[in-house]
Amino acid sequence: MTLHSHSAPAGAGPASVQAGGLPLARIGGVVALAVLVVAPFILYPVFLMKVLCFALFACAFNLLIGFAGLMSFGHAAFFGSAAYVTAHTVKVWGLSPELGILLGALCAAGFGLIFGAIAIRRQGIYFAMITLALSQMVFFIALQVPFTHGEDGIQAVPRGTLFGLFDLSQPLTMYYTVLAIFLFGFAVIWRTVHSPFGQVLKAIRENEPRAISLGYRTERYKLMAFVLSAALTGVAGGTKAIVFQLATLTDVTWQMSGEVVLMTLLGGMGTLTGPVVGAALVVTLENYLAATNLPVPVVIGAIFVICVLLFRRGIAGEILARFGKGRS
Amino acid sequence: MMGTIFGIPPQALFGQLLLGLINGSFYALLSLGLAVIFGMLNVINFAHGALYMMGAFVSWLLLTQLGIGYWWSLLLAPVIVGLFGVLLEKTLLARLYKLDHLYGLLLTFGVALMVEGAFRHQYGVSGQPYPIPEALRGGQNLGFMFLPNYRGWVVVASLVMCLGTWMAIERTKLGAYLRAATENPVLVQAFGINVPRMVTLTYAFGVALAGLAGVLAAPIYQVSPLMGTNLIIVVFAVVVIGGMGSILGAVVTGYGLGLLEGLTKVFYPEASNIVVFVIMAVVLMIKPAGLFGREK
Repeated sequence: MTLHSHSAPAGAGPASVQAGGLPLARIGGVVALAVLVVAPFILYPVFLMKVLCFALFACAFNLLIGFAGLMSFGHAAFFGSAAYVTAHTVKVWGLSPELGILLGALCAAGFGLIFGAIAIRRQGIYFAMITLALSQMVFFIALQVPFTHGEDGIQAVPRGTLFGLFDLSQPLTMYYTVLAIFLFGFAVIWRTVHSPFGQVLKAIRENEPRAISLGYRTERYKLMAFVLSAALTGVAGGTKAIVFQLATLTDVTWQMSGEVVLMTLLGGMGTLTGPVVGAALVVTLENYLAATNLPVPVVIGAIFVICVLLFRRGIAGEILARFGKGRS
Repeated sequence: MMGTIFGIPPQALFGQLLLGLINGSFYALLSLGLAVIFGMLNVINFAHGALYMMGAFVSWLLLTQLGIGYWWSLLLAPVIVGLFGVLLEKTLLARLYKLDHLYGLLLTFGVALMVEGAFRHQYGVSGQPYPIPEALRGGQNLGFMFLPNYRGWVVVASLVMCLGTWMAIERTKLGAYLRAATENPVLVQAFGINVPRMVTLTYAFGVALAGLAGVLAAPIYQVSPLMGTNLIIVVFAVVVIGGMGSILGAVVTGYGLGLLEGLTKVFYPEASNIVVFVIMAVVLMIKPAGLFGREK
């Protein structure tokens, strides 16, 4: 069995959201959007922006695991390297934030191409181990090259003005920019999943030999999905560097790769909204834990164990499964 | 005295090669444990690095809290880590065998975070020194280099353990059952062999090897909650390079990569951290199944 027969039960996948649940999904989408627009007036904007950056990160990661069946354990390499490139180009080269984020995403996509070309030669567990090892290589490179400033990271990155028009040092302007970037990334993923390309990815996930026998060059599809996921992760990483005005080694560690796995697992692999829910929960939890004396890794590890043992569909997956049962 | 070899003083060259051999001993012991566990359980044990750290910490605690010395630790710490492994397998891993193998990886990842986080919370990140046992202090002058006795002991001990494990699996009756159960557990169970118990013991043995490596490492590196964190990823790369297929492959690859890393430290130190990963990428391009692996 593949991983996804658990996470996306028959008929409860995104396909049915598109077909059967359209009015409800549309209402839900409008409500969610309204909440996101009003949110910065109620909650702390920096917290919300962190949630949105990680939500985009998790959605990009989920594109691979949830829809192509590829478990990457090295996505921190894309997130972190993009953060470094954005921070460096904006701070040292004096580029505008949109160009900085674009270059960060391009760098991540380049790494994605290299990682993907190497890793898709193996499947399953090996794929996870290879991506993990390659991302550790990026970590050591980031530790040694001078422009990343080692343990200090790149600090005091100016937020700058978007398109020369919007002053991003204003918290609300920054927030709506991040929201727009997140919605753009989410739309790209939504479009990809519901395109013929996305259908082929799902076919590969369910049964790769059959997809090959139907004449699809599955390696190319997997590689394209990998590069797309890496690029969107780069957008998330670059945006994070602008929001927090900071790029550090933390973003490249394998613990970061593990964190995005947890967000996706907790929210629901193979669902479109799950990673967003998971990211919001994990970021909230970490914020809460930072104020207490509890050791964060122990709590995160415990949630991992509980999710794997009892809760493999994740929150969104469970809701979709119940909801789907009720209707049929 | 000799001159230089490729422009490097021989002292430095052999010194780094010895360090490489020491690192290789740990790679070999850890990847051997991973391979044994994977063969039987189809689980990549992400907690292996954390359990290696636990082995080192148990021996440090035995010494500082109970006054139990190195030689007893060498026996007791692997047993304690092994018992912890039994607990893990019985309560957690055993529930996952029918699912995709990736869940085993995710579960043991969570366990690794918990174990490392707990030790870090309790003992902080700074390393604790562990003295070299009396009998192994000092060293030998081999003419071309100075060999500290303890380091020589680590190399010999890990070689003996690796060869012993290989012999036990390839040449004994129990090993034959193990290999048979790896091939076809249902059939072996039908012959009246308690396969679930074998699975538990295999996991316990694999993590006990990690615990033993931790005890051996304690006097060389400091005992710290993070000592296994980055090591486990290098060992994963070693396992990918060697291929999971063969026990001997895991051992040979472990020592070989340790030595290669040592050589890199001599000739191009900047790359010594990443050389294993570069080799992994090259091997995957040429022989995706790994040097000793079989394509399934």
